[in-house]
Amino acid sequence: MTNASITLTKDQIDELGRELDAIKLRVINDLGKEDRDYIYNVIKAQRALEVGGRASLYLGFLPPFWLAGTAALSLSKILDNMEIGHNVMHGQYDWMRDPALNSKRFEWDTACPADQWRHSHNYMHHTFTNILDKDRDIGYGILRMDETQRWNPYYLGNPAWAFLLMTFFQYGVALHDLETENVITGKRKLSENKALWDGIWRKIGRQTLKDYVLFPALTGPLFVSTLTANATANLARNLWAFSIIFCGHFPTGVATFTQEETENESRGEWYIRQMMGSANITGGKLFHILSGNLSHQIEHHLFPDIPARRYPQIAPEVKALCEKYGLPYNSGRFSKQIGSTWAKIFRLALPIGSQDRSTKPPAVTVVDKKLRVAA
Amino acid sequence: MTALLPKRSNRSPRRLSPLRRLEPLRLFEALATPHGVDRYLELVNPMLTVRELRAEVTAVHRSTLDSVTLTLRPTRQWRGFKAGQFVNVTVEIDGVRRTRCYSPTCSQYRKDGLIEITIKRHPEGLVSQYLHANAAPGLVVQLSQADGVFHLPALRPERLLLVSGGSGITPVLSMLRTLCDEGYSGEVVFLHYSNGEHDVALLRELRELAAQHGNVRLVLAYTDATDGDLTGFFGPHHLAEVAPWFAESHTYLCGPPALMSSVKAHYAEAGLTDLLHIEEFQPAPIVVDDGEPTGTIAFGDTTAENSGETLLEQAEAAGLTPEYGCRMGICFSCTQVKTSGCTRNIRTGELHSDPDEEIQLCINVPVGDVSIDL
Repeated sequence: MTNASITLTKDQIDELGRELDAIKLRVINDLGKEDRDYIYNVIKAQRALEVGGRASLYLGFLPPFWLAGTAALSLSKILDNMEIGHNVMHGQYDWMRDPALNSKRFEWDTACPADQWRHSHNYMHHTFTNILDKDRDIGYGILRMDETQRWNPYYLGNPAWAFLLMTFFQYGVALHDLETENVITGKRKLSENKALWDGIWRKIGRQTLKDYVLFPALTGPLFVSTLTANATANLARNLWAFSIIFCGHFPTGVATFTQEETENESRGEWYIRQMMGSANITGGKLFHILSGNLSHQIEHHLFPDIPARRYPQIAPEVKALCEKYGLPYNSGRFSKQIGSTWAKIFRLALPIGSQDRSTKPPAVTVVDKKLRVAA
Repeated sequence: MTALLPKRSNRSPRRLSPLRRLEPLRLFEALATPHGVDRYLELVNPMLTVRELRAEVTAVHRSTLDSVTLTLRPTRQWRGFKAGQFVNVTVEIDGVRRTRCYSPTCSQYRKDGLIEITIKRHPEGLVSQYLHANAAPGLVVQLSQADGVFHLPALRPERLLLVSGGSGITPVLSMLRTLCDEGYSGEVVFLHYSNGEHDVALLRELRELAAQHGNVRLVLAYTDATDGDLTGFFGPHHLAEVAPWFAESHTYLCGPPALMSSVKAHYAEAGLTDLLHIEEFQPAPIVVDDGEPTGTIAFGDTTAENSGETLLEQAEAAGLTPEYGCRMGICFSCTQVKTSGCTRNIRTGELHSDPDEEIQLCINVPVGDVSIDL
């Protein structure tokens, strides 16, 4: 980890902003049938896995069929949530004007209602990425994921809470927009959550009815076998989604920012924060698709609304820009990124690293602003 | 007025009661949640739908050089139309869905349940050019239910004057065919304006109808040729010549702006505006974007003069509180439907001029008059 200071002038930052804008404009002008065909091919694969998986479970008394059905359903849910749902809800396909793939109308196969997700994720997380006390994705209100979060004995359970969040990830995501931690500290009124709760219960109700009542019941005597398969598929999706998402902002070297640092941010500075606050995962094509191309978290945070299949295409250019301006481009194997993330989860369970930020050497200085890379 | 009640449409004989259709459907929808059943069926066969209305092109006929007539077979959700009404047809062009409205040209009683639309190729028209070049049997399009108040009254008047110009022929041709189908015996004058004979869509069919029905008089007015029944642009003398009784009957008019305005002016002068029924059918005007803020912005019932700021800022300045988030174009919280007008995306420079298009308020500025559905 480098602690060397990188100094950029305002003109350089503006130039970087223009260069990134130009990449986006080029992609937008190139959008067309290929992008539509791509997402519909992914949807076709997902729906085929869904139907195939459900069908296999009618033969769930034969272990190979149970395994195949469970695997197919797991993949279906992963594709639905990651490459389809997350990306469609970002408005990546709104330009197609297809009501079935419209960001405001799309629902995904998970407990979190789409409208609440769009608020907590598209708006809050993507606008205020990695700004302490503004981006609630830093620890999701229950984990200590940054040194500057004040330690208290509750955080001794950091690894346990993280494990529970991973296991029940879809419900954790569903509860995210309630801002329970702000209700406890009195920053938010309980009554503000009434409408959100209604939405969450409705969505959880429909998901539960499908996975844990109707499909098991339709397989008659195999009720328990099917129910177990469906629960396993939901669990597999939870483990996968948690791992990919935690690799996006928590591996070693990803920067966090204070509200003062990010006041009156220019376009270029916003871009720099997105790049320094995100981390990529290297891997093959299938891995990228199953991660919803969140393996290109840096490109995704620069341009959350361009179709994700474009991220690998523009990644070399983004990386070259980072090199040109001496900015870090955080990328590593899955094992490395998830390993350092879990290491952080364990390390921050202990009362370390909570010293005043200003005593830490800044790694990147942008004119007179100090952007620090977390050690 | 004579009361000629139209025949009942005899389409869709096999229809289950809503209740019987609903029960299994609800189970399937609970199983398919959160995606609709149609989201699965369309991947197998786009014409197999439980909720959505689509149509398959079954025949393509090019009657003039620049027009194409499509025969469409709608899915079972289609509820039929009244002659003169229009439907929205949506096609995918380079990945983007484009919607345009067309009036069916066929009789509303067509027995096979198919509908026919005629599309004139426009030099600037993306959809008309696409369909003219690419429409082929098997193409599946999205369809809307029929809509519009431009249709004949249930009590048919004794006489009717149908006036059209250019591609505006489509709704009145449907009226004519419908009247012929229901055995209407009153006098019908079908006055159509075009450049010349080569330009009359469905000329052969028109002549056949007039030949078969003694009460139908076809009058072709040519503006660029002298071999028509009338010559030149519309003038009151045309009405005096072909339908001297027009002041005692109803007139149905659809055509290009120039024809519409001169007929309207003539009826207004004569105090007959109530007897004139019109369908405004024209492509959106081409917008010139010179960067100068002009026009009026309508946010639902609230209007404001265009200040040149983003639509979100202008809505807020007008005292409204539309939903918003990032205010920088990334979160899509402020997306709203622009019902008409043109906007420019300040991040990409892209112009959005299609009606009923979703736009992000925070990064779009109006270019001329704009209506937002707030």
